[in-house]
Amino acid sequence: MSQARLTVPKTYKLYIGGKFARSESGRVYEVTTRKGSFMANAAKASRKDARDAVVAARAAVNGWSGATGYNRGQILYRIAELLDGRRPQFIDEIVQSEGVSTTAAAAQVDEAIDLWVWYAGWADKYVQVAGNGNPVSGPYFNLSTPEPTGLVAVIAPQDSGSLLGFVRAVAPVLVSGNTVVVVANERTPLAALSLAEVLATSDVPAGVVNILSGSPAEIAPWLASHADVNALDLLGAGDLDWIDLQIAAAETLKRVLPPESGADAGAPSIDRITFFTETKTVWHTKGLL
Amino acid sequence: MTMDISAAGGTSIAPAARALDVIGADLTERSLRRYLEGIAGVDAVGLEARAEALGTRSIKTTSKAWALDRIIALTDLTTLEGADTPGKVRSLVAKARVPDPDDLSTPQVAAVCVYGDMVPYALQALGGAHAGSTTAGSGGINIAAVATAFPSGRASRAVKLADTAEAVAAGADEIDMVIDRGAFLSGRYGEVFDEIVAVKEACRRDDGTYAHLKVILETGELNTYDNVRRASWLAILAGGDFIKTSTGKVAPAATLPVTLSMLEVVRDWHRLTGEKIGVKPAGGIRTSKAAIKYLVTVAETVGEEWLQPDLFRFGASSLLNDVILQRQKLASGHYSGSSYVTID
Repeated sequence: MSQARLTVPKTYKLYIGGKFARSESGRVYEVTTRKGSFMANAAKASRKDARDAVVAARAAVNGWSGATGYNRGQILYRIAELLDGRRPQFIDEIVQSEGVSTTAAAAQVDEAIDLWVWYAGWADKYVQVAGNGNPVSGPYFNLSTPEPTGLVAVIAPQDSGSLLGFVRAVAPVLVSGNTVVVVANERTPLAALSLAEVLATSDVPAGVVNILSGSPAEIAPWLASHADVNALDLLGAGDLDWIDLQIAAAETLKRVLPPESGADAGAPSIDRITFFTETKTVWHTKGLL
Repeated sequence: MTMDISAAGGTSIAPAARALDVIGADLTERSLRRYLEGIAGVDAVGLEARAEALGTRSIKTTSKAWALDRIIALTDLTTLEGADTPGKVRSLVAKARVPDPDDLSTPQVAAVCVYGDMVPYALQALGGAHAGSTTAGSGGINIAAVATAFPSGRASRAVKLADTAEAVAAGADEIDMVIDRGAFLSGRYGEVFDEIVAVKEACRRDDGTYAHLKVILETGELNTYDNVRRASWLAILAGGDFIKTSTGKVAPAATLPVTLSMLEVVRDWHRLTGEKIGVKPAGGIRTSKAAIKYLVTVAETVGEEWLQPDLFRFGASSLLNDVILQRQKLASGHYSGSSYVTID
């Protein structure tokens, strides 16, 4: 007895506070392949989902920024391990949603995995590079060290590779101990939403990464003006009215990274790590024996 | 009517005006028990469904703005920690007077709620803002003190009465007493009744007026809605001005169904006697959204005239910050953050 199997169309949910939640608004939208056929449903996040995500991310700041750099590095490396284990799923989703060849999709997934490893390595090293012992004219040690700024809202790239672009935006923010609320690629959100499943099963504490699928144009203004968000990465906001987002962000003194475009958007760089840090300078008396 | 305590005989209980009116002149432990056990049981499923339904009401824009201000005006801003200090009480009072320094249109809270030994510090910090002072006008802030070996209530009657009298003498306007849950659960209703009557008497000031008495039922320890209903009747019959859900030290604290069942008793009492009793849910109400559900429940059960500080209060500490954040959101149009309110 052989019958044609029914397909099991999936409805992807948001990832907020370590839980997979439907949008508070109840909305979903269709995610299609490059050619326009139905792939899955994704939740369409509302401003209230963004608000909830900020609450979850704020609650996670102390734990994540309080972990040692070494520990954070281990956890980020664990993401790479688990992503590697689910390589075929990601390749498949990228091939379907972006319409690229299997080879190109595999290259993208591999690059994303390597990028997690690269940023994981920085977690216990960036302080040594970005920090400094300052020479001062007095019997003091004067040390400047970078500390995470807190909660960062990110607009993931909307045109480049759906997985790699997402990792390029999110990974550097996490390195120093910030927590993230990220708006995924609107047209091809599956890579980000599947990555949420990876994050949920790795050791990343709940609330450290919160992923919203839906319209960046709808959600971004609420994140930009939200007083509990400390910085804004507009990496993928090139098509939005991002000047207004900058103005809204300035009202509450947020750090803002401008949009980038092209294949090099969000290219790996220690600058992306240190941008989302604040420098703390400590004076300490030298022992006078 | 005087409320002297009759100590004679095992079954006779203290005469209280309300109980005498409702139950009759033969006020004994037996008649009280017969009365309380004759009260119809609570339909638990129906009660929870009703509470759930009332919680789905959508309150937006101008209604929400009204509700937020009203929540603040109905709040007993509370600090009941073993680690409380005079400084903590002073900062609590400062927050009670000016909840949001960035927006002076924010109303003041109804009262501050502290342990009895902190009353003098609260009184000093309130100064002219105290409800009893001549300069406060109509909108002064009351001082509520918890008494009677709060939160467990496990002490001798004499200790509880001394605790109460001391807080009243120190200047407390309201006394939050706990009932003896052990006695209630083992069916010694007369003992609980006597104690409330005695505490009420201890609330008497030198000038003959009484401090407002709130009776804490600690519903989290009463196990059933039937018990909550019975304890509510008991507290009202014994002379309580307010019935309050919880100490905040036991989980579950205030829940919507429990508060609804207490409101129903208050409504029935009002129909029976025309007298208005207050209700105070306390503990576990941390968000504006949750508090608004209570406002809806009050308005739909006993009526909107109960939404005033003499008849309804929230016992809360972190709720106020959330309400202020919501007010800021309404005023500015964007979400506010915890850095924009005080740390408690």
